Amino acid sequence: MIPASFDYVEADSADAAIAALAEHGDEAKLLAGGHSLIPLMKFRLAAPSVLVDIGRLSDLSYINDGGDHIAIGALTRHSAIETSDLLTTNAPILAHVAGQVGDPSVRHRGTLGGSLAHGDPASDLPAALLALGGTLVAKGPNGEREIAITDFFTGFLETALAADELLTEIRVPKVPGAGWSYQKFNRRAQDWAIVGAAAVANGSTNVALVNMGPAPMRATAVEQALAGGASSADAAAVAAEGASPPEDLNGDAEYRTHLAQVLVGRALDEALG
Amino acid sequence: MTAVMGTPMLRKEDPKLLTGENKFVDDIQVAGQLWMGMVRSPHAHAKVGTIDTSAAAAADGVHAVYTGAELAEMGLWAAPLPCAWPVTEDMVNPPHFPAAAEEVHHVGEIVAVVLADSRYGAVDAAELVEVDYEVLPAVASIAAARDGDNNAHSDLDSNKAYSWALEPNPEGVDAAFANAAHTVKGEFVQQRLIPAAMEPRGVLAIPSPAGGEVTLYSATQVPHILKVMIAATTGIPENKLRIIAPAVGGGFGAKLNVNPDELLAVTLANKLGRAVRWTETRSEAAFSTHQGRGQLQTIEVASDENGKISGVRVHLDADMGAYMMLITPGVPLLGSFLYTGVYDVPAFGFTCDGYFTNLTPTDAYRGAGRPEASYAIERAMDMLANEVGVGPDEIRRRNYLAGGGPFENLETASTLVFDSGNYAPNLDAALALAKYDELRAEQQSRRDAGSSKQLGIGLCTYVEICGLAPSRALAGLNYGAGGWEHATVRFLPTGKVEVVSGSTPHGQGHETAWSMIVADKLGIDPNDVEVLHSDTAISPLGLDTYGSRSLAVGGVAIAMACDKVVDKSREIAAHQLEANPDDLEFTGGQFQVKGSPDKALPIQAIAYGAFTAHDLPDGMEPNMNEQMTFDPPNFAFPFGTHIAVVEIDEDTGNTELIDYIAVDDCGNQVNPLIVEGQLHGGIVQGVAQALWEGAEYDVDGNCKNPSLMDYLVPSAMEVPNIQTGYTTTPSTSNQLGVKGAGEAGTIGSAAAVINAICDALSPYGVTDMEMPATPQRVWKTINNAKAGA
Repeated sequence: MIPASFDYVEADSADAAIAALAEHGDEAKLLAGGHSLIPLMKFRLAAPSVLVDIGRLSDLSYINDGGDHIAIGALTRHSAIETSDLLTTNAPILAHVAGQVGDPSVRHRGTLGGSLAHGDPASDLPAALLALGGTLVAKGPNGEREIAITDFFTGFLETALAADELLTEIRVPKVPGAGWSYQKFNRRAQDWAIVGAAAVANGSTNVALVNMGPAPMRATAVEQALAGGASSADAAAVAAEGASPPEDLNGDAEYRTHLAQVLVGRALDEALG
Repeated sequence: MTAVMGTPMLRKEDPKLLTGENKFVDDIQVAGQLWMGMVRSPHAHAKVGTIDTSAAAAADGVHAVYTGAELAEMGLWAAPLPCAWPVTEDMVNPPHFPAAAEEVHHVGEIVAVVLADSRYGAVDAAELVEVDYEVLPAVASIAAARDGDNNAHSDLDSNKAYSWALEPNPEGVDAAFANAAHTVKGEFVQQRLIPAAMEPRGVLAIPSPAGGEVTLYSATQVPHILKVMIAATTGIPENKLRIIAPAVGGGFGAKLNVNPDELLAVTLANKLGRAVRWTETRSEAAFSTHQGRGQLQTIEVASDENGKISGVRVHLDADMGAYMMLITPGVPLLGSFLYTGVYDVPAFGFTCDGYFTNLTPTDAYRGAGRPEASYAIERAMDMLANEVGVGPDEIRRRNYLAGGGPFENLETASTLVFDSGNYAPNLDAALALAKYDELRAEQQSRRDAGSSKQLGIGLCTYVEICGLAPSRALAGLNYGAGGWEHATVRFLPTGKVEVVSGSTPHGQGHETAWSMIVADKLGIDPNDVEVLHSDTAISPLGLDTYGSRSLAVGGVAIAMACDKVVDKSREIAAHQLEANPDDLEFTGGQFQVKGSPDKALPIQAIAYGAFTAHDLPDGMEPNMNEQMTFDPPNFAFPFGTHIAVVEIDEDTGNTELIDYIAVDDCGNQVNPLIVEGQLHGGIVQGVAQALWEGAEYDVDGNCKNPSLMDYLVPSAMEVPNIQTGYTTTPSTSNQLGVKGAGEAGTIGSAAAVINAICDALSPYGVTDMEMPATPQRVWKTINNAKAGA
């Protein structure tokens, strides 16, 4: 519970943060809300030698109407997303799921960009975004690039971001009339999901899973079954296809597989019902 | 003045707690202090080889590094860590020193200590200490200890620590089972629990500049016991030690021990002439603070054809962990007397084997043996109800002591004399508060509809032993101390009252409760009372706080000291009013001659007179400073009925506690608000054992869930509003008629919840559920039951 020694750099702009990342390479980690990184450091599971603090870059905290999409600054706190009228109207699943993260103090510190960049398969927000669809904007020494959310999560705590890139903006589509559901199963309200399922039905239906593999993932077998005309129940039965559920004190693979089927079924019933 | 006892007065402690004004150990900073960084064994069982401390010693800010062997050579230890409760003459008690020199016996045992000028520096340097271990096979469960393939201690030829029996009537037990119409047998696991008080433990030892004296600040429940034990363990004279428990953020038994860190801090501060400190991290607490429970229970109940019990037979295998801590071996004994519960049991027998394992030592945890006992008998009562074919309420009614009616001073089969009870009305009150018949109807309608959300209703009617303890009873159990409590009540010249309490609060609200007792006894405002405690220089006599003893022993001592104040005041008033003492009445804080209210003396004026000593009766000592040491003639036996209502989602296995009803009887109540708070906390702690908590170990003795991310202490989000009610059956063990409420909730709740789960799942043929009832475990149990059906 005592982190190893590290140097601390406070970035006063996105460009300064990127420059610091370029200077320190793999040794550096960005610090936003700190609610994923600091616990890892306290357990000494992570020991970056330099922390680049971007937590005070208030110009990266916003929720704007971008015409056909909503643009969310990467440093926007979960609590701001949870209470945003713009999101509640146009992408209600994101506002809802932001309210399911941790507890109120976590939601007032944690940031959307931080949650996505950390890429924890047990986190709520990556699944919500995978189901919602969207585009991420990353900024590096050579300027900005866009990354589709479906291309973003590449492995266990790994993303498509380069070591010297900073996630700056999340663009989510406006889906005001879409059906949606988020089913989170855990033992205490503040915990990560043992398994979770997110569904957004807007013509076609996207389904994403929480904590069913090394990275946040779409339940492609379910989506294909639905596209092929399967009932919700039949589609839910293949929820764990392609998944590789972790095993821990809360559940083995058999139980998680079962939970995924139950939760996807419930999510589809709510989103399509 | 109207009585304040029995009113829900807001706690005097809370403004300071709520505004952060209180100082806990970690808040107290001293110039020149050194932080200890503990080098802890990563292995559950290993020989300690060479230790290279050179890199740590060379690190910035490091003052010294000592290995366990070096500490022993320095002559710091006059004796091993104490066990005050050698339960049998031949109990095995392997030597246990603050730092291991040759062999470690649990993960986290200290092998070296770093002293550095910062907390972070000490922890960083501890990581630089290189230790060669020769890893030995670990004994990581009671079953492994019992099998005996490996020994937890290499120099012992068995893992058995002791065998203890309470068998007052073995022939009667044998006859009861031989002639029984019904028998049931339950085998239950009391999993290990990590206490997880809100404030972790911490120590700060400050040597006197002139040397020879040490003041220890410790997050402890037991400053008085600690003082004696540190003296005995270190050889530092007891009168050179001062122990202060500042604000302490919960204990639940986990802070009633004598710990390696406390001894290291005291001895190293004494040796180095500098303040030495340490604060436990949350993850460290799973290794550096003792754990609770850890028992395998077998209970058998015999009855006649109507379910009237004829005999109860119990065997425990108890997990001591790696070492005997202060009362480790005695915890199962504390429970032994309660395996007959609130029932009229003609014949009873209890045996217990204690085993060493290579796990963190066990010791007292809220209820200490009694929640385990209550769990076993209350689970068995439900099993018996099913066997006989009657409801869980009816089986209890048929077996209550004294037929469920009022009684006083009743001897039970477990050899105890229960002070008072009246069980059936208490059950009735709980059933009414729960709307029990409506719940049963709702349960049936869900079953009829084939609902996937089954309802379960679980009862527990518990009794507990409070007011530890009559000293002679402790002698009979071979416990190494008495059970009295001390109090001083003194009037100051200005009319304010100072109370010195021997029992020490760590969240219970002693300052409020004691003020209320004094206010009623002396007829003064409770806000004119100041309660001093928890510092052995201010309160030199005391036996501290555990076993729901504070009110029933310490609070009664306060009341009795007040009586002495009143008696002395009466003498002075009679002298000054020129009246016979017997002609005076004391009412509303004034003495007056009966029938002559115009001639009255307020007690404060009398106290001032005692201070000036200008006009006292001949030969009377000046001042109003009365002391009382109360040794209770008997324990107190609170009881109650708890009803848990759960909803089980059979698709996920999730158990939701949707309602909880508790009707408790703790005798007369001093402050119902404090009682309510104690019950809420205790209930949730017991529910937590049933649903969420449990230290999990792998076969090598590594704890798999030492952090609060994985060890699931519940929050307010997980528990429903608790409905409380009360019946009042005053204790005969003390003049206040009080019993104790600190552990009651925990003692009733785990059994109520598991009984509710088994009740919900009974249509599937489920008859038992191991704790904690995790969703996965419930789901798999349902599946197995369906497959077996």
